[in-house]
Amino acid sequence: MRTNRDPDAVTNILVVGIGGQGVMTAAEMLARAALTQGYDVKKTEVAGMAQRGGIVSSHVRFGPRVYSPQIEPGEADLLIGFEAAEALRWWPHLRPNGVAMVNTLRIAPPIVSAGIYDYPADPLATLVATGLEVHAFDAGALAEALGNPKMVNTIMLGAISDYLPFPAEMLKACIVDGFRVHKPALAEINARAFEAGRAAGHERTHNAD
Amino acid sequence: MPNPAQHAKVENRHLLSGNEAVARAAWEAGARVAAAYPGTPATEILENIARYPDIYSEWSVNEKVAVEVAIGASLAGSRALAAMKHVGMNVASDAFMTQALAGVVGGLVIVVADDVGLSSSQNEQDSRYWGRFGHMPILEPADSQEAYEMVKAAFEISEVHEVPVIVRMTTRVCHVKAMVSFAGERIEHPAPGFQKNPQRWVMTPANAKPRLPLMHQRDQTLRAAAEASDLNRVLTGTDRRLGFITSGAAFMHVRESFPNAPVLKLGFSHPLPLEQVRAFAASVDTLVVVEETEPLIETELRAAGIVTRGKDLLPRFGELAPNVLRPALKPLLGEPVAIPMLAQTGVFPRPPTMCASCPHLGPYFALSHIRNLNIVGDIGCYTLGAGHPWNALDTCTCMGASLSMAHGMDKGRGTSDEKKHLVAVIGDSTFLHMGMQGLLNMIYNRGNVTVLLLDNRSVGMTGGQENPGTGLDLHGVEAPRVDFVKLVEALGVRPERVRTVDPYQLPNVVKLVREEIKMNEPSVIITDRPCSLTDRFERFKPYTVIDEQCTGCGNCIDLGCPAIFVDRRETAPTKSGKTKELTFARIDSSACTGCHMCVETCAPLAIVQLTAPPQPAAQPIQVHRHAH
Ligand SMILES: Cc1ncc(C[n+]2csc(CCOP(=O)(O)OP(=O)(O)O)c2C)c(N)n1
Ligand code: SF4
Ligand code: SF4
Repeated sequence: MRTNRDPDAVTNILVVGIGGQGVMTAAEMLARAALTQGYDVKKTEVAGMAQRGGIVSSHVRFGPRVYSPQIEPGEADLLIGFEAAEALRWWPHLRPNGVAMVNTLRIAPPIVSAGIYDYPADPLATLVATGLEVHAFDAGALAEALGNPKMVNTIMLGAISDYLPFPAEMLKACIVDGFRVHKPALAEINARAFEAGRAAGHERTHNAD
Repeated sequence: MPNPAQHAKVENRHLLSGNEAVARAAWEAGARVAAAYPGTPATEILENIARYPDIYSEWSVNEKVAVEVAIGASLAGSRALAAMKHVGMNVASDAFMTQALAGVVGGLVIVVADDVGLSSSQNEQDSRYWGRFGHMPILEPADSQEAYEMVKAAFEISEVHEVPVIVRMTTRVCHVKAMVSFAGERIEHPAPGFQKNPQRWVMTPANAKPRLPLMHQRDQTLRAAAEASDLNRVLTGTDRRLGFITSGAAFMHVRESFPNAPVLKLGFSHPLPLEQVRAFAASVDTLVVVEETEPLIETELRAAGIVTRGKDLLPRFGELAPNVLRPALKPLLGEPVAIPMLAQTGVFPRPPTMCASCPHLGPYFALSHIRNLNIVGDIGCYTLGAGHPWNALDTCTCMGASLSMAHGMDKGRGTSDEKKHLVAVIGDSTFLHMGMQGLLNMIYNRGNVTVLLLDNRSVGMTGGQENPGTGLDLHGVEAPRVDFVKLVEALGVRPERVRTVDPYQLPNVVKLVREEIKMNEPSVIITDRPCSLTDRFERFKPYTVIDEQCTGCGNCIDLGCPAIFVDRRETAPTKSGKTKELTFARIDSSACTGCHMCVETCAPLAIVQLTAPPQPAAQPIQVHRHAH
């Protein structure tokens, strides 16, 4: 837990990426963890036709009482970006003192590949230049180092776990226990992935001068 | 099927979506029959009801059929539910407009989900009009807990007043997960059985006429019920300068934006409890009605002489989220709020695309390479054919419209259509939903359209549900499978003009379409490969591009498979001294499923099967990774 926040405040976490990346699963995990902490919780998606490579954004809000399920622009405490350009797209949703946790993966859609639009030259540098607190790392490489490329989701959750208003261990327990029940063989590696992400998430990203 | 007990829960606090909450309530309320046709955002209602073996549940072939199934069950005395997206209500309307006159026996609940905000539909409509049109009460939940409570209440109201009840959901109720506490028990409502009573159930003019005054009387009784209902409640507030009347998800946004304002929250919103409204109006300085999307409550208030603000300040479309409400309404308090201007990030759009190896890619490759076509489309994944790189779909209106609209476009040809051939493109589920009638009509009226019936054995667009063409039912149990060839022949297409084709065999697809558009009679070309996202789909060894062999012709890119990328562009001199653009391709082998389609587009044989298996994909649609 890193900030002394107003106990009545609602925590707003925006998870963004592309259909098929596991954005909604990550948001679901966060919502469940918040539920175990006794909060009122709401989670909503704007996914449209997301399974076909479109943009996905998932809003998780929790606090003593949550009304609107949507996070308003400029109100997100945390932005979890599963892809670099998506993190850039959504940064205006962050509060001025919010934190962006970004996977440096770059996925160019067909219309970029076809030359109709450009992929931003350096989305992370642009993001850092906004003055926001950005933490960026290559979650895919970490996952591969762990021997399972599917660990990106857990790594990203580990990465933000020290920026939540409840202890990181609670989120970890939620994830790992879930695997223990449904896929016990994967519990151990998820625990390691969580810790790997947690360590990676501590380092703030700066631009070269 | 997921396990009903699998959702997150802490001491009777369950994290449920609005759709899951509806299913739970139907089960607890003792519903015995539930029917639906898939449609976002309502699809998961039936998928969740299917988890309860106490309820007979089915995918019906369309929404009208679903409502009629529910009506039949109700007449037998069973509690019954039908669920659909907003446009499904239009399809079903013929059934409920008359049944509302005749009435019901077992509680009959119609759950309709309006896609407020238009995230995945062809229009945005306010289905509450149907309640007013058909003299049926409307309940409007604001979140999952209320969806649960109101569905239970709807069964009661339906039985007491012998009327179908509409539960009006919106995307922001269906797809929001929120806390729900529920009773946990099912209360059985055994069905007494159908009681014959022709005066009541045979709606001839003579029998229907006496029902009319009864229906109008019922409106009055329902209004009294709404006045007394605890689904309508006042939340007192300390700041009475503005008072809100609101319903559905808009309530949450009002509460978020104006936490201290008094609110009359209408859960039982039609017939409108006018007395409650009057009392509330008198208690606040300025009254504001906040409803998504059309001003239905507001118009009734105005007609009753109650002064209110509403759509003069608020948009008549889209969600009324706090960032819309505040700037529109705060000025009433003398507190101007700047309309939040989001910083422009300049990031490219990401329109949805078809999947790698989607069986629709072949037909669209063909259509995009044949000239002089008017391509009349329908609704499904193949609607994406209107986009890049195919640009090969010219219309999309409503389910099943492709065949009939193409027929009409043929009969109504104008000067620029002289040389045009008419093609209709439709999917298996859409054909069975409402497309068959268009084909029968075209045959009967001697029309001439070439129909592409893209049978991917799935309702792809809504997430891969089953239909009568797939061989499985809602529960994944084997079911009789319609034979499309026999079906279209039975509708009158000559057997010579019914052609089946493997959509992956590009040259065959192109050749067939070319042949059939020249015919002077209707043809139906049926494809036969399953949707790539279903279990029926078979993966093969992936392909790759041998860079040295790629000549940059760019043909494979035209296919639109999202596993194929432009690697680089170059310009090269041609023999005649001009320059030409070269587009070199690359295949992301971790996304490629080995369907072999693109191989057919590559003359220099640069696309070959990978010998070593590729590294498993970290992300299914990953392209390349840059460390920073
Ligand atoms: C009246 C109505 N009901 C439901 C829907 C939602 N919907 C959109 S496309 C579609 C079916 C698509 O299935 P199919 O025609 O087999 O095409 P596929 O997506 O599999 O390519 C459905 C159910 C709708 N748009 N209109
Ligand atoms: S879901 Fe199926 S039908 Fe739809 S684009 Fe993907 S492969 Fe094609
Ligand atoms: S074989 Fe070609 S068309 Fe088929 S999935 Fe692979 S890249 Fe796409």
